[in-house]
Formats: sequence, structure tokens, C-alpha cells
Amino acid sequence: MTSEYTSRARALAQQVAAKFAEATDREARFPQETVAALREQRFFGMMVPTDDGGDGARLDDVAAVCVELAQGCASSAMIFAMHNIKLASLISHGQQSPWHRQFMGRIANEQLLLASATTEAGIGGDLRSSVCAVRTDGDNFELAKDATVISYGVHADAILVSARRHPEAPPSDQVLVAVLKNQYRLERISDWDTLGMRGTCSEGHRLTARAPTEQILPKPFAEIAAQSMLSSSHLLWSSVWFGIASDALARAQAFVRAEARKKPGTTPPGALRLAEASAMLQSVRSQIVAGLKRFDEARRDEEDLMSLGFAVAMNNLKVNVSQMVAQIVQHALLICGIQGYRNNTPYSLGRHLRDAQSAALMISNDRILSNTSTMLLAHRHETGLF
Amino acid sequence: MIDERVRRIVADHGKLGIDASRLSTDTDLYESGLTSFATVQLMLALEEEFSIEIPDRLLNRRTFQSIGAMSGVVTSLLPATA
Repeated sequence: MTSEYTSRARALAQQVAAKFAEATDREARFPQETVAALREQRFFGMMVPTDDGGDGARLDDVAAVCVELAQGCASSAMIFAMHNIKLASLISHGQQSPWHRQFMGRIANEQLLLASATTEAGIGGDLRSSVCAVRTDGDNFELAKDATVISYGVHADAILVSARRHPEAPPSDQVLVAVLKNQYRLERISDWDTLGMRGTCSEGHRLTARAPTEQILPKPFAEIAAQSMLSSSHLLWSSVWFGIASDALARAQAFVRAEARKKPGTTPPGALRLAEASAMLQSVRSQIVAGLKRFDEARRDEEDLMSLGFAVAMNNLKVNVSQMVAQIVQHALLICGIQGYRNNTPYSLGRHLRDAQSAALMISNDRILSNTSTMLLAHRHETGLF
Repeated sequence: MIDERVRRIVADHGKLGIDASRLSTDTDLYESGLTSFATVQLMLALEEEFSIEIPDRLLNRRTFQSIGAMSGVVTSLLPATA
């Protein structure tokens, strides 16, 4: 199953994503060609359960697709990852709700693209706190949120929004609501002119929505965040970053091979560093594979999924992978030298370098480490191998 | 008795948006604004107050869901007095 998705995604990455990656990056524009190809090949519903009209693919399959796409265009891969992170929340927490089940069916059928609005002005990047609140009025609710980031918001077909449960609820008592394109309005409050990941178009918007209350997910957002959102984010983001590092290393390896061909019998100077970077890439890959396995086990046991041990493992994965990926790309640049520093050579690494820098900042590593350090006051770390 | 000691700990460490004396023993503390950070502070305070160690398998959301849930866990960990 995985290999079928992988081969299709690899072809799409090479034939479409890679071709438009440079323009996407230069113009900081939405990678519409890649998104259209993903839609045409029906990738957007792959994780929707078969009962609801999707392929019922596992998170492993989605992670594998993210890795492939990121080797062609990291922004496209990140958009695909973010879509699936929202989808993972719907699948884990919307099964009991008829509205959300038919919504998943529509996502698979119509290949809808999901975005999210979970950050807010005045909160300082804390997902688990909201200022805005759902205001119910009969069978409908209204909502207005100053979202500092809604990635590809204007290109999405639906948005998942976090908000306080009601106007008197404390900041951490949140719900997640799904709103459709014809139910919300976006007013742009900030643009997206960044160092890297330029194609995600993560502009800020003031979102105003009105929709039926049945579109509010039944579970508290605290549980959704802990059980599906944070872990699927860390796993799929890490897969995207691995793809960036993997393509950077492929370029470095091609460079070393070309050098070796020019001077047969001698080992090029970059070869040693390539070996070092290859060890790092293997470590990143192993950590992601282990993380996906850990998630798959925890998924079947709600206790484990809500445990501090699981949260610590996912946090550690994110921090480790984001740091190592930046180092690997840096190594690749040292190997390729000026050919990597230049734009428009087969060994160019500028985009990889800039895209990889986002990894430590997408939920700041410092915030994650401080969160982990609190959890380690309670959680005893794993001492055995299995 | 244990309920009241747990309630005092919730008042001192729970950082809730509402007055702890108004909580019933089964009020959902997460719905009252309990964060995961405050949960860890509650755990440390419970361990100190009752001289217990809460094992890893009980370090989950359900344990800290309400005053009653915490009292139950504390009771199960206290040495039997018979």
C-alpha cells in the first residue's frame, strides 16, 4: 500500500512539484499546479475512512507522500501535511457526529482542501488558549477571530477554527469548529513575505463565520489537540523536513560523485562530510519511523495517547528532527560549496536552506522544550530499549 | 476529608478561572480552565501533601479531571489503615 502511494507521489513530485518549486518560492505564490495534480490524483481524501468514501490510508502512507513531495517542493508538501493534520482531527474526533461524517465524505468526493485557524492575535502562539468565542443563537453560531496565520486560507475550501466554547468560558476551554467557504469571510490583516516556505501563503486574516451548531466538533479541543493534532503535526512536519534534507543530501551526493569522476582514484574532499550527513539523515529517518510506530500503538489505547510519555516522545521527535534537518542542509551546502550557494545550478541549496530554517520555528522549539521540561517533572523517562 | 485537602490544592495550584470553593467534586476541571502545565503542578502538590508517588500509568488526564477523581487516586495510593 505504502509503496503504491510512494511511487505515485514520487512521480508527481518530480513531474509537477519540482518543476514549479522555484517559481512558487520566488513569487511567494500558492503552488496551484501541484495542488491541482494532487486533487486530480485524488490524494486529498486518502486518509478518509473507506466507510466515508475515502481510501482509509494510514498516517504512515500520508507521511510517505509528504517525504516524496518535499523533495520536489517543500511548500507543497507542507500544505499537504497541514491538510492531513486537520483531516486526522476529523477522523479521530468526528466519527460520532453525522455532520462531520458527511463532511469527510465530501472531502473525499470533491477533494476539498482543509486549512486551519488555530493561532490568534493576543495569545502569543499558544494553541491551547483562545480569545474569540463561539456565540450560539438558536441552531446557529457566530464567530470572529483575528487569526495571525491561516496558511493558504484564501485557497482552502473549508477551515477548522478553534475558539472558546461560549463567551463566558475560560481561555483554555476550547472547541473546534469546521466552517465551509460559503460560511466564512476572510479579511487579510498581514501578508506572507518570508525567508522560506514561501508557497504556504500563511497570511493573517480576520475570519468571520456563521454556521449551524452541528458543525462544532463534539469533543473538547484540549482532547483533539492532545490526541491527534499535536502528534500528527509533529510526525507529518518531520516527514516534510526529512524530505527537504533528503533532497539536499541527494544534491550533495551528486556533487561528490561528479568530483570523483573528474579525478579517478582520489576521494573528493566533500566525501567525508557526506558520510557524516548521511549518518544524520539515517538518524532522522529512524526517529520518524519510530515515531509513526509509537503513534500507531498509542492510537489504539486512549490512555497511552493522553499520557505524558507519549507527549514527551512526540515533542522530542519534533525538536530533534527540526535541528538535525537544518544541520544536514548546512552540511550539504559545505559539500557543494559555491555551486550550492549559487541559485540556478543543479546543486543549488538556497531554497532548502531557507525552507529548513522554518522547522525550528513552526511552534518554536523553545516553547516545546519548556513544555517538555514541565512534563518531565512528572514523567519518568524511558530507561529500557523495548 | 481527602476531598477538602484536594480542593485546597486545586485552589492553590489549579490556576482556574473560577473559585475552587464553588466546584463540586465531579466538576470537569478541564472545562473550568485547567491546563496541562497546571496539571503537573497539581500532581507535585498531591504527592507532597499525601506523601505518595503517583505511578506513570495514572499520570493521565482522567486522574486530574475532577476533585473526586483525584481523591479516588489518592485514596488508592494511601497505605491501607485497618
